[in-house]
Amino acid sequence: MIEARELTKRYGDKTVVDNLSFTVRPGEVTGFLGPNGAGKSTTMRMIVGLDSPTKGSVTVAGRSYADQAAPLHEIGTLLEAKSVHPGRSALNHLMALAHTHGIPRRRVDEVIELAGLSSVSGKRVGAFSLGMGQRLGIAAALLGDPAIVMLDEPVNGLDPEGVLWVRNLLRSLADEGRAVMLSSHLMSETALIADHLVIIGRGRLLADTTVDDFTREAGGGVKVATTETARLRALLAGPEVTIASSADEELLVSGRDAREIGAIAARHGIALYELTPQAVSLETAFMDLTRDVVEYQSAPAGAERKAA
Amino acid sequence: MPTSALRRTQRPGKLAGLSAAPDPQTSATRYKVTGIRVLRSEWAKFWSLRSSWITLGVAVFLLVLFGTIASYTYSPGVTTGGRPGPRGGSGDSDAVSLALTGVTFASLAVGVLGVLLAAGEYSTGMIRSTLTAVPRRLPVLWSKAAVIGPIVLVLTMIGALAAFQLGSPGLDGEKIALSPGDDGVLRSLAGAGVYLALVAVFGVALGMLVRSSAGAIAILVGALLILPGLATLLPDSVYDSINPYFPSNAGSAVYALHQSSGSLSPGAGLAVFAGWVALTLGGAAYRLRKSDA
Repeated sequence: MIEARELTKRYGDKTVVDNLSFTVRPGEVTGFLGPNGAGKSTTMRMIVGLDSPTKGSVTVAGRSYADQAAPLHEIGTLLEAKSVHPGRSALNHLMALAHTHGIPRRRVDEVIELAGLSSVSGKRVGAFSLGMGQRLGIAAALLGDPAIVMLDEPVNGLDPEGVLWVRNLLRSLADEGRAVMLSSHLMSETALIADHLVIIGRGRLLADTTVDDFTREAGGGVKVATTETARLRALLAGPEVTIASSADEELLVSGRDAREIGAIAARHGIALYELTPQAVSLETAFMDLTRDVVEYQSAPAGAERKAA
Repeated sequence: MPTSALRRTQRPGKLAGLSAAPDPQTSATRYKVTGIRVLRSEWAKFWSLRSSWITLGVAVFLLVLFGTIASYTYSPGVTTGGRPGPRGGSGDSDAVSLALTGVTFASLAVGVLGVLLAAGEYSTGMIRSTLTAVPRRLPVLWSKAAVIGPIVLVLTMIGALAAFQLGSPGLDGEKIALSPGDDGVLRSLAGAGVYLALVAVFGVALGMLVRSSAGAIAILVGALLILPGLATLLPDSVYDSINPYFPSNAGSAVYALHQSSGSLSPGAGLAVFAGWVALTLGGAAYRLRKSDA
């Protein structure tokens, strides 16, 4: 379990992480989301003690990272930036880490095989592709058989097969009862893996929710076209139902799914000309949530042309 | 919800055989960071880099080569170049100082070796892996020093002895010829090894302190080679009193056969140079503990 309490990091007068509190629980995959520059990597660096917080605290399994007797056994980490000497072979890199904890060679071979690096374990890491580097990083994260696995942008540079591998791996790690935390700036990718979401922007917590809740809230409702809008509106009304009208003879209903609406309409003999669930992508919902806090926003294409 | 449905169905069955968990006997309460294990790790890290082998090889090669050549090209009355004697020294050569002509060059090589061992972690990003494995941090610094010191000590002592022995035939019949059994010869040759080992540790400390290979190497060269030369610009009285305490001058006193006027005794020289190294190590330890990696 990772517990961050009012975690704050300032560099000069720039606040990178601002009063951030969240919990990463065992048996779940927690997606840690935010636009570029939101403070994800800095937060992860603070979790493993590479950076010290300006204020607040973060504990891993109830203790600060520096006080862990066997840190690699508590939490395995893949950081976004490469953390490997390019002159060393994959095997030697993992052995160097293994030695610090008394982890046997057998375990090193296991994670090399698990990561699919057996054929290149003797090669210098400098010659590795981005994807192979990621696999090595994941192998290193799993080396100590950790109770928590924390990965910063793990699918970066992986091919589709690799992405699927990571997805399955993280799922099975969580199912084994481990806590899994992965950061990403891609909502759609994360939603496929995660149970829980911690969304930040400009270092601040924007949402701490489950994927299911987030998806439900993001849901775009159902578009209904009928001539009897007023009657249908009254029939559909309910405590958690909101109905908007986007055009004449058109309603946008959220809170009831298409099946329910169709059934109600049929029961009351209302003819429907259209009944379409509106797919609002998670990505759009995520962008709506983070729009105001995007650090490096690109100007709309039109505006740019005008300026030029 | 399409997303969660997908998620559930993708649960892998076949991964079970290749679980992320190690086999039961391997696991896991035995995993623990200890000082010895960090040392073991740094030892493995040192030898698993090609640059370590090359730099170390270059250091020993230069030591032997220059020492041997200096002995063979020696002719009485001519001061053979090499390490600049302390000012006021008469430039008199002896068989040991000829054999140790290469120490200056070797000191640069082993100093760079130390810098690379430490600053290389920062320039490559390896430091993040290292410090996540050893979050207490300081054992990493001590271990690097404890690995490189003895390695350099042993190899350069052998190198110094080899230079002396290989050069001896070149001095056959000369007045200054010495044999290893002569007074102080072995002490001087061993002293060269001790000096070079300390230079390597100095390099580690500088590398950890500055965190950049280029910067640390610049400071190393400045401290060992340029500082004494620069100091000649000082007024004589000031110069004479501080000159013996410069790192390289104090260091060369460690391996000098005869204590020349205006320089320290071997013991004092060793103490002063070790002091410089300890000071730098202290600074490196402070920065390692206090600042973000």
